[in-house]
Amino acid sequence: MMNETPLQPAVAPAPLVNLEGVRQIYHKSDKADLVVLDDVSMKVDAGEIVGLLGRSGSGKSTLLRIISGLLLPTDGTVRWCGERVSGPCKGLSMVFQSFALFPWLTVLANVEIGLEALGVPKEEGRRRALEAIDLIGLDGFESAYPKELSGGMRQRVGFARALVVHPRLMLMDEPFSALDVLTAETLRTDIVQLWISGKLPIQSILMVTHNIEEAVLMCDRLLVFSANPGRVATEIRVDLPRPRNRLSPQFRELVDDIYGLMTQTVPDERPGRRLGEILTASGIGMPLVSVSTNRLAGMVETLTAEPYQGRADLPDLAERLQMEADELFPAMETLQLLRFATMEQGDVHLTDVGRRFADSDVDARKRLFGQQLLAHVPLAALIGRVLEERPSHRAPFVRFSAELEDTMSEERAEETMRAIISWGRYGELFGYDEQTREFNLENP
Amino acid sequence: MIVRHPAMEAGSSRRYVPNLWDVFAFALILTALILIYKGGHETFAPLAVLARHPVSLDPANLPEYALRTTLRMLAAMVISLLFTFLYGSLAAKNRRAEQILIPLLDILQSVPILGFISFTVVGFMALFPGRVVGAELAAVFAIFTSQAWNMTFSFYQSLKTVPEDLLEVSRSFGLSSWQRFWRLEVPFSMPGLVWNMMMSMSGGWFFVVASEAISVGNTTITLPGIGSYVALAIAHRDLHAIGWAVVTMLAVILVYDQLLFRPLVDWSRKFRVELTGTDSGNHSWLLVLIRRSRLLPAGFAPIGELFSGLVRRRVPTVPIPSASARLEQAGLWAGRAWQAAAAVVAAIMIWHIIAFVATGASWSEFSKVLALGLLTLLRVVVLTILATLVWVPVGVWVGLRPKAAERVQPLAQFLAAFPANLVFPFAVVVIVRFHLTPDVWLSPLMVLGTQWYILFNVIAGASAFPGDLKEAAANFHVGGWNWWRKVILPGILPYYVTGAITASGGSWNASIVAEVASWGDTTLRAHGLGAYIAEATTAGDFPRVVLGIVVMTALVTLLNRAVWHPLYHFAHRQLRLG
Repeated sequence: MMNETPLQPAVAPAPLVNLEGVRQIYHKSDKADLVVLDDVSMKVDAGEIVGLLGRSGSGKSTLLRIISGLLLPTDGTVRWCGERVSGPCKGLSMVFQSFALFPWLTVLANVEIGLEALGVPKEEGRRRALEAIDLIGLDGFESAYPKELSGGMRQRVGFARALVVHPRLMLMDEPFSALDVLTAETLRTDIVQLWISGKLPIQSILMVTHNIEEAVLMCDRLLVFSANPGRVATEIRVDLPRPRNRLSPQFRELVDDIYGLMTQTVPDERPGRRLGEILTASGIGMPLVSVSTNRLAGMVETLTAEPYQGRADLPDLAERLQMEADELFPAMETLQLLRFATMEQGDVHLTDVGRRFADSDVDARKRLFGQQLLAHVPLAALIGRVLEERPSHRAPFVRFSAELEDTMSEERAEETMRAIISWGRYGELFGYDEQTREFNLENP
Repeated sequence: MIVRHPAMEAGSSRRYVPNLWDVFAFALILTALILIYKGGHETFAPLAVLARHPVSLDPANLPEYALRTTLRMLAAMVISLLFTFLYGSLAAKNRRAEQILIPLLDILQSVPILGFISFTVVGFMALFPGRVVGAELAAVFAIFTSQAWNMTFSFYQSLKTVPEDLLEVSRSFGLSSWQRFWRLEVPFSMPGLVWNMMMSMSGGWFFVVASEAISVGNTTITLPGIGSYVALAIAHRDLHAIGWAVVTMLAVILVYDQLLFRPLVDWSRKFRVELTGTDSGNHSWLLVLIRRSRLLPAGFAPIGELFSGLVRRRVPTVPIPSASARLEQAGLWAGRAWQAAAAVVAAIMIWHIIAFVATGASWSEFSKVLALGLLTLLRVVVLTILATLVWVPVGVWVGLRPKAAERVQPLAQFLAAFPANLVFPFAVVVIVRFHLTPDVWLSPLMVLGTQWYILFNVIAGASAFPGDLKEAAANFHVGGWNWWRKVILPGILPYYVTGAITASGGSWNASIVAEVASWGDTTLRAHGLGAYIAEATTAGDFPRVVLGIVVMTALVTLLNRAVWHPLYHFAHRQLRLG
């Protein structure tokens, strides 16, 4: 029987999941090891919804897979119901961001698959599957194939499949992020409703998300993750009674606090480290996110115009632009990197340079952008220097990406290179030939 | 429409220069062949049974012959499927096995199939001396070797590209590897596998016909079937009989196309992972019939129950050991030891091969064979280019008109399936009548059956060309040569390359039956490697056969690596649409 707030028994029952000192390191043959998770300790008790909030690439999905036993950590202990985890655990099930339904099975067959693996007899399995489908609101769609369903319905199948095996803990990996806003909201409220009424045959939920409002809406406890390497930065309790109102002042205040937390410098042994920020390293090894220059220009224009006039509240901006934290933060941080804006306590302020950018025409914008890029992004300056020095004025892609891969993973390096290529072209600092994979100083 | 060429996809990450594993694989195959021959050479008895019921030219026998031919084909398909599942799974799941198995497969598919026959006939005949079974097995094995390789490549490639999230679902719900195999891996591979099965069968008719009447040295087999019927007709100069055989074959291919090919491909659409609801046309009437009828599903229900019961059972299978990350590191020395061992074994095998070949051939022979090989290579290249120049424009014209495409596409697939060697006698008659040079005029026969692959792939490519790109080109008045060069040709290049690879590979195989063609007691001979191998086979001169096979395989592999691999990867990397 599920309660909204956990009771306080005399003796605390063992937590469902207990992580201590978990580290995940990827060895690369001749480069420095990549630390994905660093000293993560957390637990999940029965009767609560826990959220893992963090940016993409902060290692939260890796952590989820470690908890579920799909991945074994390099270091540290993981306990499930008191026992050490050595493989996929029983009593856990997962809902995936991409729905992960088998396209060649009907909805009913998809839901039954977990039961089949458990060896549940056919008749009982069918009965339970039909119950779960009914619970989640898909009654009537049993014989449909996934390709006939919309995104929201497919995720409902994913939920039904996870619930039908009566897991003690349901893991959710960004379950609503592949859905449009309205569908996601409907599904969220449905799940919360079922949780409150005690109809979900589970004890706890652990949810990974990058949507701050969603996390505050659904969770009892929030673990805010910082990236590079991933670790639990803060834990926040959300004691608001359910069903929660997005517009209530406490809700908004909490969301505001979290926005501020994720963009604020945290007094830490490493000065200058930002919580939840990926622009942590300095020099060449600064990972960049490939935000399009159109988007950056658009944001500057939005900030200049009414009602902000150069100063905006981040959650407000996010809502207005219908952007999630994952899209907003990289763009904001890029603007900050190029000194077009600054961020303080959950607010963003346009700088003078930013205002000049907004007021200029296309050519002047490109020039300004190029100047700022050269001045504040070391990688751009390096590329420019190398191209000047070489007599042929050409430099291969791999020369720079190899240097980046010393301090970051291959995917990050690839993303950083794509960002610098796109920005460099916009700022007319250099050109790039995709066929030969070379930078050059030609202006075609 | 599937565009991927399975062998190219599977080998995509390998270097272009043959490496140790290719050499090892090469040596392994040849040694095995030699061993089979050597073992068979000892015991060897004529088949009395077949002599009692010789193949006759009476057309009334044709339906029965057609049935037997089809049965052989189906038996080979079942064996191919079993081989595919075992070999593909092993190669996909075990790193060490993969290192040897995939190059092995690559070389196997470059070996001319009719070159295999000479060895396997002797081998199987020795296994079952004096009984028909031996001859049947030899024919079935020959057909198997024409079918299995691309199916295995396709299955292997599918296993390696199973979507990560579906794998995680299987593991998190605790599916056993048996359950996972049948619930995830096989269904996921279905579209590619079924398509390749059908392509294999299409190509297989050619080899069925060629392998039913085999003469290797003193061993002559004529199994009752269409192939031997035609061989007999050729020996008796009976043009009418050949005509009847052609008609029967047309009927057989039609039946196969409508009752097997189209329903299976249609059914396999259900397994496609692209989750769009669009329903592309071309439904097989048979499948619709089966689905709508009441009796048939009821009839098949028990089989379905049995199957799902089998899948549910947690069969304790021996799990294929896969290399985990920890083992990887510790196994660095083990890996080096493995490679060293392979190198040593390869060296020993190559020594044996050379010794064997040297018993029947000398160095001058080798250079002569090489020259012949280059001549055949020239033919293959020229013919592929000619076929391209003719069929690409036609294919594009047809493909851009949906109505025409709907009618011509199945026809082209049908023609690709039809065994071209049935019509060789007509060509031979013409050449003999008009005293034409065999060297030049026998060559087109090589590409006769395989040119259709280029056609129907190009049609597929042109049909799949995005409508909005066509409209943009028209809107900006892009025409003439510009339109060809910048609009349509880059768009169909991936499809063209897939078809051309199949066509050129098929031409090599065809050269063995096309460069030596007979009519009655007139034998036309063109200078080339195919003729060399064919004649060595009939003479039972095994060292020469091995020499011929080695050279042909080397040439095919070289052509693949130097031309087709880079072109395929260029086409798929640069010219992908969307």
